[in-house]
Amino acid sequence: MIREFGLIDIMYLLGAARWTVALAAVAFLGGGLAGLVIALLRVTPLAPVRWLAIVYVQAIQGTPLLAWLFLFYFGLPLVGFVVNPWIAAATAFAIYAGAFLGEIWRGALAAIPPTQWEAGASLGLGFLDQLRYIIVPQAVRIAIPPTVGFLVQLIKNTSLAAAIGFVELTREAQITNASTFRPMTVFVIVAAIYFAMCFPLTQWSRYLERRLHVAR
Amino acid sequence: MGYRFNFRDVFAQQSFLLEGLLLTLQLSFIAMALGLAVGVTCAAVRVYGPRPARLAVAGYVETIRNTPLLVQLFLVFFGLPSLGIRLDATTASIIALTVNLGAYATEIVRAGLEAIPRAQIEAGVSLGLSRLQVFRYVVLMPALKVMYPALASQFILLMLATSIVSQISAPDLFHTASIIQSRTFRDFEVYIVVAALYLGLALAFRLAFAGLYQLAFARR
Repeated sequence: MIREFGLIDIMYLLGAARWTVALAAVAFLGGGLAGLVIALLRVTPLAPVRWLAIVYVQAIQGTPLLAWLFLFYFGLPLVGFVVNPWIAAATAFAIYAGAFLGEIWRGALAAIPPTQWEAGASLGLGFLDQLRYIIVPQAVRIAIPPTVGFLVQLIKNTSLAAAIGFVELTREAQITNASTFRPMTVFVIVAAIYFAMCFPLTQWSRYLERRLHVAR
Repeated sequence: MGYRFNFRDVFAQQSFLLEGLLLTLQLSFIAMALGLAVGVTCAAVRVYGPRPARLAVAGYVETIRNTPLLVQLFLVFFGLPSLGIRLDATTASIIALTVNLGAYATEIVRAGLEAIPRAQIEAGVSLGLSRLQVFRYVVLMPALKVMYPALASQFILLMLATSIVSQISAPDLFHTASIIQSRTFRDFEVYIVVAALYLGLALAFRLAFAGLYQLAFARR
């Protein structure tokens, strides 16, 4: 049945945008934890551990996110998990975000001059204490702008969860379009909603980056 | 537990996979070429153009970079027909991918152009080179050299992102997967194989780009 596109549809779309935000938030938290582990593994003195982290990052960054969504959507039931699109999407996005955040944060850790590590060691600090008191506090400042930038990527990419039937903004747009058949109106509004979410973050990331360059 | 993998059914469809792979490669190469052209043009306008044109380019870049590719694709494929422009899935994919990559390429090339010192341009002018020659030899080539790593990784991201065109049923590698899945019911295996193929492609692209760099820039 085709009906008119109206205010109620815009309300539905805005309602669905909450799920976009929720998915991005869960993925960011999960991915943040994974990324932290990856970044730390990449700077440990143990070579095999570093390789493990490299393989993880390469595997994720060399394959489409869509593939991971489908792999988790179809794969998790095989190992006995009850799977709904929520769990599959959240897992896939967290693993995806973990690889990218891990790389970003590793870069930030690597940007700290080795002499800082050596200074820590000469004070008698162990590996973890060097990280905690000397390296991480400096690396965080470098890492924040690109992290915010990646958050924008993450929000945009949650649109792919529509492919496995997770009802977020893009899926809701498809549903609305199917019943109103006003594709131009629907998708322009949806694009505007994404823009309203992402643009402030983009600007913020830019501002943080400028401030960082001024500070150095 | 106790799931038995069966890849035989998937590999039995290899000619089909190959067709999808071919379209994925075609889409990638076409979008890369067109996207780079868009990027260089828009970056030149962004840096040297008149103010209204600069603002227009900035608007284009910000709009594209702050909205999902999937929505852009839907706009081209589902939205344009309501304005009387009807496109098949593959053409719509090429347009959306080009417009998308163009915006990212613009930002990358722009940063490269801005990194060229004024004095270098003036040196070119003082040698009697025309404006176009200065842009080509003194500005663009050194800028591309500086931006090459960023462009290459953007291209690889684009190649992976072509998988999104499966959502409007363009018969690329990823779409092939869903067809094989419906033929064989081997969901998990199909997507493992396809993910591995993309990984192979990404590695091949990385090697190819490294080789290309040697050819294009290393001797100069």
